Amino acid sequence: MIPVAILVIWQVLASSNLIPSYRLPSPAGVWLAGVDLYERGVLYQHIAISTQRVLLGFTIGAIVGLALAAVVGLSARASDLFAPTLAAIRAVPSLAWVPLLGLYIGLNEDSKVALVAIGAFFPVYTTVASALRHVDAHLVELGRSYGYSGTALLSLVQLPAVVPAVISSLRLALAQAWLFLVAGELLGASLGLGFLLVDSQQNGRIDRLFLTIILLGVLGKLTDTAVGLLERFLLKRWGS
Amino acid sequence: MSSSSLRRTTAADALSVSIRDLSRSFGDRHVLRAVDLEITAGEIVALIGPSGCGKSTLLRHIGGLDSPSGGAIDIGGEPVVGLDARSAVAFQEPRLLPWRSITRNVEVGLPRGKRKGDDRGRVAGLLELVKLTESAHLRPREISGGMAQRVSLARALARRPGVLLLDEPFGALDALTRLAMQDLLLELHAAEPATIVIVTHDVDEALYLADRVILLGSPKGQPAAEPASILSTVSVPGVRPRDRGSSDLAELRVELLDGLGVPTHHLSTH
Ligand SMILES: Nc1ncnc2c1ncn2[C@@H]1O[C@H](COP(=O)(O)OP(=O)(O)OP(=O)(O)O)[C@@H](O)[C@H]1O
Ligand SMILES: [Mg+2]
Repeated sequence: MIPVAILVIWQVLASSNLIPSYRLPSPAGVWLAGVDLYERGVLYQHIAISTQRVLLGFTIGAIVGLALAAVVGLSARASDLFAPTLAAIRAVPSLAWVPLLGLYIGLNEDSKVALVAIGAFFPVYTTVASALRHVDAHLVELGRSYGYSGTALLSLVQLPAVVPAVISSLRLALAQAWLFLVAGELLGASLGLGFLLVDSQQNGRIDRLFLTIILLGVLGKLTDTAVGLLERFLLKRWGS
Repeated sequence: MSSSSLRRTTAADALSVSIRDLSRSFGDRHVLRAVDLEITAGEIVALIGPSGCGKSTLLRHIGGLDSPSGGAIDIGGEPVVGLDARSAVAFQEPRLLPWRSITRNVEVGLPRGKRKGDDRGRVAGLLELVKLTESAHLRPREISGGMAQRVSLARALARRPGVLLLDEPFGALDALTRLAMQDLLLELHAAEPATIVIVTHDVDEALYLADRVILLGSPKGQPAAEPASILSTVSVPGVRPRDRGSSDLAELRVELLDGLGVPTHHLSTH
């Protein structure tokens, strides 16, 4: 309902001459800009490369995040060793890594994926490590007293207990991944939605700017919905 | 359920328990000292004592969940070192896994490593025993506190323990369910030869269930911070099921309440 209302208001504003069209394109204009890019064959490329970077970076960041969270969350010794350092690294505003990554890896594909991975890593690591550390000690003792240990105990108690935290951290990580993608592409890319933003701005193509913003919203929502489906499936099995 | 089918679901050999000169300190807090207790196989022993005196601690030692600062514990003549498959604990809290159904929670109790084909039937039998067949598919948040305690009991029984350790198993139950559960426990014990150590705050419950009631606490006249040991042992006369209103029990009741430091307003005839 609300999106329709926004569309209507947008159309009215755009056709009312209240705001000049170089400030606010009409919905039809944005649509045409999309069709134009599509017909040139570049729209798909921008979307594909950005989606690929997000999915790749998200997957890497999430896997590393889960692995480190498991180590830090399950072993007090590893926690003493790693947690303070990771907390300090996390205190750095993550976008500050961009120039450094650019220097180290060059402003290429790898550095953008790495940046997305950093963005996805921290929500997963922080949330899951803390969830593991706070698993009910009574339940862990229960498992032990009934003869469970090692991985059997892990899959009896700890893993199911942190399933909800894992899912919500993945959702957060995905949002962060898109954020970091745009940041990375804004700063240096020759393809991708972030690049399209900069390029449109520099060429005064407000219609393409609007188009890109809408595309980012739609893509973000689509990937979030995918994680949401996974969430529903997992919570049915492991939720309480 | 007939007693022969009970035996099939929970058959085990009862084991004796021997506690010798047990002591336990947490830092400089001395909780237990010089606890000596011999429990014969198949006996039901109730542990009572003031809150915080170390009842759960003693039970945890028998179950191998805690290790003593001094002294030793044997089960069936073999020393207890660490977690022990010969005993099963029903904790003071039900401790159910919230993401598992009632059935799957009871399955946690099945002996590990040697799962057998009749396991499923055994779990179903135990659920029937504790009258939870109808609720078998529910999750812990969907059942009442009393039902949760029955699940915890069924889980402990699933282990076919030689020694069953129950820490205030009926604490969260209303008076009526509590009485029913006491009878259920006796029914189980009659069918299955496990040794039972039960912690309770309820003197009547102790007298109704146990062969012997052990009063744990700090020696009289000493501050409560002193380590606890066995203050007295009461052998309960008569065979189970006992008459809850028997006058023999009434006298023991006064004696035990007195030991707990509870004023009974009993007009002594002496
Ligand atoms: N892990 C521990 N660390 C330190 N102190 C402990 C620990 N476990 C128990 N204690 C102490 O030991 C004492 C006995 O505790 P315990 O749980 O055995 O009491 P209890 O007799 O079961 O009490 P209640 O009837 O209230 O359950 C308490 O003073 C408690 O503070
Ligand atoms: Mg206790």
